[in-house]
Amino acid sequence: MFGLELSFIWAGLIALSVLIYVMLDGFDLGVGILFPLAQDEDERNQMMNSIAPVWDGNETWLVLGGGGLFAVFPLAYAVVMPALYIPIILMLLALVFRGVAFEYRWQTQRWKRVWDYSFFGGSLVAAVMQGIALGALVQGITVVDRAYAGGWWDWLTPFSILTGIAVPVGYALLGATWINLVLEGRVQAHMRKVALRLAGATLMFLGLVSIFTPLQNPDYAERWFRYPAALYAAVVPVLVLLAAWRLWQGLRRERDLAPFLSAQALFILSFVGIGISFYPMIVPPSLTIAEAAAPDASLKFILVGTLFLLPIILSYTAYAYWVFRGKLKAGEGYH
Amino acid sequence: MTAEILARWQFAFTVSFHIVFPALSIGLASYLAVLNGLWLWTREASYRTLFEHWKKIFAVAFGMGVVSGIVMSYQFGTNWSVFSDKAGPVVGPLMGYEVLTAFFLEAGFLGIMLFGRERVGDGLHMVATLMVAVGTLISATWILAVNSWMQTPAGFSIAPNGQFVPEDWWAIVFNPSFPYRLVHMVLAAYLTTALVVGASAGYLLLRDAQTLAVRRMFSMAMWMLILVAPLQILAGDQHGLNTLEHQPVKLAAIEAHFQSEDGGMPLILFGWPDQAARTVHYALKVPKLGSLILTHSLNGTVPSLEGVPDKDIPPVAIVFWSFRVMVALGFAMLGLGLWAGWARWRGFLYHSPWLHRAAILMGPAGFLAVIAGWITTEVGRQPWTVYGLLRTAESHSPLDAPAVAASLTAFVVVYAFVFGAGVFYLLRLMGKPPATGAVQGGVAPSQDMTAIAGRVTTTKHLEG
Repeated sequence: MFGLELSFIWAGLIALSVLIYVMLDGFDLGVGILFPLAQDEDERNQMMNSIAPVWDGNETWLVLGGGGLFAVFPLAYAVVMPALYIPIILMLLALVFRGVAFEYRWQTQRWKRVWDYSFFGGSLVAAVMQGIALGALVQGITVVDRAYAGGWWDWLTPFSILTGIAVPVGYALLGATWINLVLEGRVQAHMRKVALRLAGATLMFLGLVSIFTPLQNPDYAERWFRYPAALYAAVVPVLVLLAAWRLWQGLRRERDLAPFLSAQALFILSFVGIGISFYPMIVPPSLTIAEAAAPDASLKFILVGTLFLLPIILSYTAYAYWVFRGKLKAGEGYH
Repeated sequence: MTAEILARWQFAFTVSFHIVFPALSIGLASYLAVLNGLWLWTREASYRTLFEHWKKIFAVAFGMGVVSGIVMSYQFGTNWSVFSDKAGPVVGPLMGYEVLTAFFLEAGFLGIMLFGRERVGDGLHMVATLMVAVGTLISATWILAVNSWMQTPAGFSIAPNGQFVPEDWWAIVFNPSFPYRLVHMVLAAYLTTALVVGASAGYLLLRDAQTLAVRRMFSMAMWMLILVAPLQILAGDQHGLNTLEHQPVKLAAIEAHFQSEDGGMPLILFGWPDQAARTVHYALKVPKLGSLILTHSLNGTVPSLEGVPDKDIPPVAIVFWSFRVMVALGFAMLGLGLWAGWARWRGFLYHSPWLHRAAILMGPAGFLAVIAGWITTEVGRQPWTVYGLLRTAESHSPLDAPAVAASLTAFVVVYAFVFGAGVFYLLRLMGKPPATGAVQGGVAPSQDMTAIAGRVTTTKHLEG
């Protein structure tokens, strides 16, 4: 009984760290995806410097998501990674390209364009692969005898391609609203316009994914439409419309913070939506949260530290954001 | 080639590439904390100049370490899923703690250390610099606990489903080889950094850049060598005795002891180990020295591979040679340190071209020794992933060989390109004298006029 509770606490914590990852790295990957829209060198410098102090911390949540899964749901980790082998490897390689670009592009003139493109390409491919991985997980993974039992191309379906487009569009929206928040002048005005169009596209993809998700697995539909879950589930679409309205209004009224927060709200709501479809599975349709959990001794050992450390981490992460708050100052970041 | 062999190559390749950057960034983070501390204490400009100079190099090396490290954290699942499922309950939480206590700390304060001095002031900036340095050391602690547990597992039981179940976390973290491995690796990181800093300074001194900052660089690096190299040799000896106690087969393979000998084991200095014939061709032996080193007595008994089944013996030739490369480099580091000590005593530390050339030659020695050392301990652990309990052949993912071959090829191509460029930028940064104007955001003098022109333009842009 107690073991069951521990594994559910952990499912919540892993979900939280993935959500924080999506919210944070989402906007800096989005800035990378929007990089080619910069009008000149100065705008590119500003865009990159706006995320230079924070991207590494943002990406650490991805390591926590992977490392945390390994620690508390080793079976899920052992099944999902081989099943999503190609998207995961491509995502990692893409993150290598974009990660080094932060340093390399300031080291060279002749090759600057190469690292600009690797920043853009790496951000885009990483986002696409994360979307594909999400779609592949939603559509389900075959497990036999504690191991992945499908082929190495099973992840590629029309549905995973749909999510593979939806995620980078959403990230680009986060990126555009981030630039609107921290930069000024021409680039800010430009990105505000871009954000309006991206907001429309994001809502369209959100709608498409929502329509096709229940078709992937009858259980998902059941979880959304049975009573009384349907009451809670009905709140999500209403809140999505509300967030979309706030986003549109914020952009039209040229507010700095409201569009960014509204775009983040859209991501949180989408995430809750996925949670409603999944629960209580961790790897649909084969593994439940309880089945995939590590022994209690492992869950307890790391839970003690996590409950103590997570608030500290969130505090100094918030502090780091606070230090670099407000508009990017001239001369800050790399040069 | 089977999927297993390909997965092993992939792990060896990606981890060898990865270890190079932490080995440098662990040492550089501490070096930067010392430099910044000295600057705050003495307000002597050359320390600040050095801090700003090595900060740029650290940022590049750290970035390369981060991205190659993310690959490692997913590789357990993609290529070694059976190992992940079985050993996850024990090693997973340790790696989870590495993320929680080290990675976030480094990443959270790195931005402030690199860009935040003006915003937070000197005091908090020093705190951030210290946090980054401490973070790198905490990271080393956890990951070496994981590796050491795989070498000398302790504190667990085995469940009916095949999973290792933690019983005693203290015994798991402080497993028998952990303290030795941790000390050995952290000292190795410090030596590696000292050699890199020394080579950079040696190059600049040869080019006649006799500034106070460059001299300080050379002097600090040579002090580190003479202090740390002897400690490292001592730590290595103790680590060897620990291996003798807990992994005798690995030790016998390292020494290529195929047969037991009565009355003291010789030390095979060089030779050609022939695993199939279980003999060493052209062996150059020193009688009784093997016993003396390993048991600290002339006639002590040292284990051999006699009676050990073929399927339990690691590849002897690889570990025999990698071990000797590491030891030879270690003594060469000590030699350089002593030479510099003598030059310092006689007063020509900054005017000895041959010493400076030797320092340049030894620049990569730390990396080579680190890689040789890891090859020794990791290949020597074969054929096991968890020593004596879980075979490598039973640890890998159920993947088709073409999938692993494709990803291995992609890693080789991408790493060669990305890290090749990175090493080039690092070398170029280290070949430039630390700019005294760096404090005001000025530009280092350089031969590359176009680069200067470009950089000045961007600097102006950003400074408005």
